[in-house]
Amino acid sequence: MTDALIKTDRFVLSETERSAIEHEMHHYEDPRAASIEALKIVQKGRGWVPDGAADAIGAILGIPASDVEGVATFYSQIFRQPVGRHIIRVCDSMTCYIGGHEAVVSEMQQQLGIGLGQTSSDGRFTLLPVCCLGNCDKAPALMIDDDTFGDIAPAGVASLLEAYP
Amino acid sequence: MSALNKPLASVGPANRVTRTEETHPLTWRLRDDGQPVWLEEYQRKNGYAAARKALTDMAQADIVQTVKDAGLKGRGGAGFPTGVKWGLMPTDESMNIRYLLCNADEMEPNTWKDRLLMEQLPHLLIEGMLISARALKAYRGYIFLRGEYVDAARHLNRAVAEAKAAGLLGTNILGSGFDFELFVHTGAGRYICGEETALINSLEGRRANPRAKPPFPAVVGVWGKPTCVNNVETLCNVPAIVGQGVDWYKSLARPGSEDHGTKLMGFSGKVKNPGLWELPFGVSARELFEDCAGGMRDGYTLKCWQPGGAGTGFLLPEHLDAQMYAGGIAKVGTRMGTGLALAIDDSVSMVSLLRNMEEFFARESCGWCTPCRDGLPWSVKILRALERGQGSREDIKTLLGLVNHLGPGKTFCAHAPGAVEPLGSAIKYFRSEFEAGVADPSQAATTGQFVPA
Repeated sequence: MTDALIKTDRFVLSETERSAIEHEMHHYEDPRAASIEALKIVQKGRGWVPDGAADAIGAILGIPASDVEGVATFYSQIFRQPVGRHIIRVCDSMTCYIGGHEAVVSEMQQQLGIGLGQTSSDGRFTLLPVCCLGNCDKAPALMIDDDTFGDIAPAGVASLLEAYP
Repeated sequence: MSALNKPLASVGPANRVTRTEETHPLTWRLRDDGQPVWLEEYQRKNGYAAARKALTDMAQADIVQTVKDAGLKGRGGAGFPTGVKWGLMPTDESMNIRYLLCNADEMEPNTWKDRLLMEQLPHLLIEGMLISARALKAYRGYIFLRGEYVDAARHLNRAVAEAKAAGLLGTNILGSGFDFELFVHTGAGRYICGEETALINSLEGRRANPRAKPPFPAVVGVWGKPTCVNNVETLCNVPAIVGQGVDWYKSLARPGSEDHGTKLMGFSGKVKNPGLWELPFGVSARELFEDCAGGMRDGYTLKCWQPGGAGTGFLLPEHLDAQMYAGGIAKVGTRMGTGLALAIDDSVSMVSLLRNMEEFFARESCGWCTPCRDGLPWSVKILRALERGQGSREDIKTLLGLVNHLGPGKTFCAHAPGAVEPLGSAIKYFRSEFEAGVADPSQAATTGQFVPA
């Protein structure tokens, strides 16, 4: 009964995922250390970490699923619910605050019709805040997927988003 | 829109100023075009010469002593003497599994210095770690890199592979009999991972709550083994110290500075030329602000500034004559932190700025200890009320109470003390702005809309 409630999907790791996780384990004295990387491996192919992944990863690493879940919910780059095809991370640290990031965020919210932490209805973008991106001489800064951008003005938001279909 | 077509985020003034090996030990190898310096070019520019000297000509204790004598201090913000930290590692041969961790979890607001070193000079960090590992007898090292630094991760991984192929990492390095392997470990995003014991927990695959100290990592670190955690910029200082010697290193700083060597310093905010420069310790903040950053942009006036990150206090324009070194900034009442300063201009409301800062600190609290977990959101609630002009008379007293109760020694780690340092100084210098957020009680009484925060 409990199992049925918790496991909302029939999760099976792919062979590629399994071997990538097993490869990572050997970089550390204790397999547990690969738990964050294992979550990233799962997320890389699926976009997010489905519920059953904690059991599957825990089984490989020899740690309880609850520990994997504890890690998954602690770190901001691990998504425990489906996200958009592209992740927008807007730096909200003080330097970008002074640089006018709030105007950039509201422009994005208006164009995408979503708030921070939400995904656009077409499944294209998820909008998230992020700690200082280390691009402070070019504030305000943001990332879309793996690309970092600086000196963002609200007027430039539309063309920036266009590059990510 | 591939990242490959775009210049690296770290390209800036540090690439453009005139640099020499004698005066800019950290940045002289940077390329004018901002491309990374790979192994062949790094070696052509004297790279790994210091590692060769350390591994083949120096006893391990001599390396530690050299770094101690050079007076190298941690560049991550706390400024603890590196040689002393190294000296805490056990010398007992039976404890021969030791780790060297590089803290590359650069997330302090307004800090973008380690990014420059890792994106453009990955081999400098690897050489620094190799020499340091030799000094500490560490057999394995990890670079704990924040997940968002994707270019740095790519460059470090390529550089590690180059070094391995060239026999600069692996077994019997440079024929010295010393073995050292190095891994790049990318994090998954939480500011608290920069706290060294939280970093250790995170590396072990746990939630990044800080650990109690003692025992210190040098005694019980990652997987219970002796561990040394040093910042990227700190480790990048080691090759020059070993290669060019203590006397040269101690001649770098300006007269009056008690700290030695150079520091990546920056200025951002509404200045004319925001950026990062390698400067000798002891330059005045005014030099950094006016000569390097060009002063304020037209139409803006400097209201106050922060010397080095969110966890440092605010200073006034008159404090710009302070020398940039730990003691110089301490004289005017706060810490130098990371040395990357932020200009706050006259268009910025201090209440709103502090609201933004405390929202960050509250979000990034790991939640482990009560004062931090509950105190920081409380400060946010009050600051939001003051920002809306709906504060109560008690609010400023409550904020000052939080500054006191979340101060050094009262919480599990340094997160909350760092959060309240700017709050305390903002109220000290700009109290009237906070008082202006208190709702007018006479109006509240008549309209009945006054709701205490």
